[in-house]
Amino acid sequence: MSDLPKGSLAVLKGSSRVAISREEVLHVARLARLALTDDEIERLTDELDKILEAVGIVSELDLEDVPPTSHPLDLVNVWDEDVPRDSLPLEDVLANAPEREDGLFRVPAWG
Amino acid sequence: MIDTLRLTAEEAKGLLERGELSAAELRRAYLDAIAERDGELHCFLRTTGEAEGDGVPIALKDVISTKGVETTAGSRILSGYVPVFDATVAARVKAAGFSLLGKTNTDEFAMGSSTENSAWGPSRNPWDPSRVPGGSGGGSAAAVTAGLAPWALGSDTGGSIKQPSALCGNVGLRPTYGSVSRYGIIAFASSLDQVGPVAKTVRDVALLYKVIAGRDPCDSTTAELPETVQLPEGDSLAGVRIGVPTELNEAEGIEPGVKEAVMRAIGLAEELGAEVEECSLPRSVRYGLPCYYLIAPAEASANLARYDGVRYGPRAEGSSYQEMVDRTRDEGFGDEPKRRIMLGTYALSAGYYDAFYGQAQKVRTRIIREHREALERFDVLACPTSPTVAFPIGERAADPLAMYVSDLLTIPSCLAGLPGLSIPCGLSDGLPVGLQLIGPQFGENLLFRVGHALEQAIGFDTVPERWR
Repeated sequence: MSDLPKGSLAVLKGSSRVAISREEVLHVARLARLALTDDEIERLTDELDKILEAVGIVSELDLEDVPPTSHPLDLVNVWDEDVPRDSLPLEDVLANAPEREDGLFRVPAWG
Repeated sequence: MIDTLRLTAEEAKGLLERGELSAAELRRAYLDAIAERDGELHCFLRTTGEAEGDGVPIALKDVISTKGVETTAGSRILSGYVPVFDATVAARVKAAGFSLLGKTNTDEFAMGSSTENSAWGPSRNPWDPSRVPGGSGGGSAAAVTAGLAPWALGSDTGGSIKQPSALCGNVGLRPTYGSVSRYGIIAFASSLDQVGPVAKTVRDVALLYKVIAGRDPCDSTTAELPETVQLPEGDSLAGVRIGVPTELNEAEGIEPGVKEAVMRAIGLAEELGAEVEECSLPRSVRYGLPCYYLIAPAEASANLARYDGVRYGPRAEGSSYQEMVDRTRDEGFGDEPKRRIMLGTYALSAGYYDAFYGQAQKVRTRIIREHREALERFDVLACPTSPTVAFPIGERAADPLAMYVSDLLTIPSCLAGLPGLSIPCGLSDGLPVGLQLIGPQFGENLLFRVGHALEQAIGFDTVPERWR
């Protein structure tokens, strides 16, 4: 990677960890359903390694007793009345489909 | 002759109400400005020649679904996608009579700080077209500054409204998480995404916020506003306590010219009667950015799983279903979404979940608590919106981490779900500097009051020097 803006990345430095391997990148690409090219795999191995090193500093903090946050508002159990409403018409649902047949999305066979 | 560079949305509304101008004439003035200046700036991905509405026109970021108008989120994987329904915010601005001018450029899936990640090419900064307008909502921000729209909607995950407003010299509000519906917004990171207004003045931003805010039955994360939106009027800040967090004002990488302009604005606040005092958010800057770059990609990797070539968007050839999906995604996504999908998938994968995603969620709790404590002592917090002024196109494009640092100062309060207002507070090297004001949850009225008073005292001219 090129030089970073002067000084601004001190916050992103300083964790120690094992480098991400090409095999791990391939594994993650499979999980993420991305048919990456060889060039992409090579570049991502390098980039992800640097990014993971930078973000890995979160491990410096001892947060044993701190609960995780998944949502910033204290909203719980937001219920609505069960009032039936019209759904989208089938024609609208299929309007953007790359391929369709008999009111269904058409895809290549599982293989 | 309507000078769209200077006309505020509020003034435009007045002209229409007094019958001094027809809605068609007003709309024509903006379409003419687009024809004149958007060739250079590339704020719009598409304009809508015909649109309903007899009110003030508006531009919408291309992550906002608009019925019958192509919506791509700046991505090739959604090229040709024409929503069959309106996002709630689109429906609300239409119900208010605003006519749609068009859809504005964005980094792909709102991932970026410069619009350089747009599959359709970058937008340019009206102050200096060799520089970025910021991002991801650079199209909306640049359009407002260039007089191509009186106001616009953007979306903000980690700074995508505030940072472009700072770099383009206008006013942008990232509202409290949960105050504006996300229904029909093309999702990036659902626990962070918020839609908000961009305009030339704080009053315009307040007017537009009033139209879009409030609970939406289609988005169960929205809440009813605890108080109605008030248009700010006064110029006194008597009794307002402003905290100046050291870490957000002293962070490495803040340009001296940015710091100077922000300090001058904070000095003005004191002259207007505010009590100003330093404070501390000890972990929010050092750990905010790393925390964000784990949580946002993790959520993005889940949200972007839906792009599979089955229901919408282009489809790649494949002899099997799996091959079709994997190829469609590789061909359809650009580099930045791929990077974030990979990063997020890794952070969520077995063996790494606790160390990365789980830990980041706990860091987020810490950041929320820090902000809450600071906002018990102070009404608002003040700091620069962006560490730098607009940077040259290409400068950070090849280096993901350098680009990520653009949002160093906007990210912490986004993680905390807090509202933030960016107002222009001066120039550095002839380029606009943004002052960021952070308030408590649902503290928008307070931000409007402080922002408006400061705006009057600062007297920033939002028209770029080359067009005066």
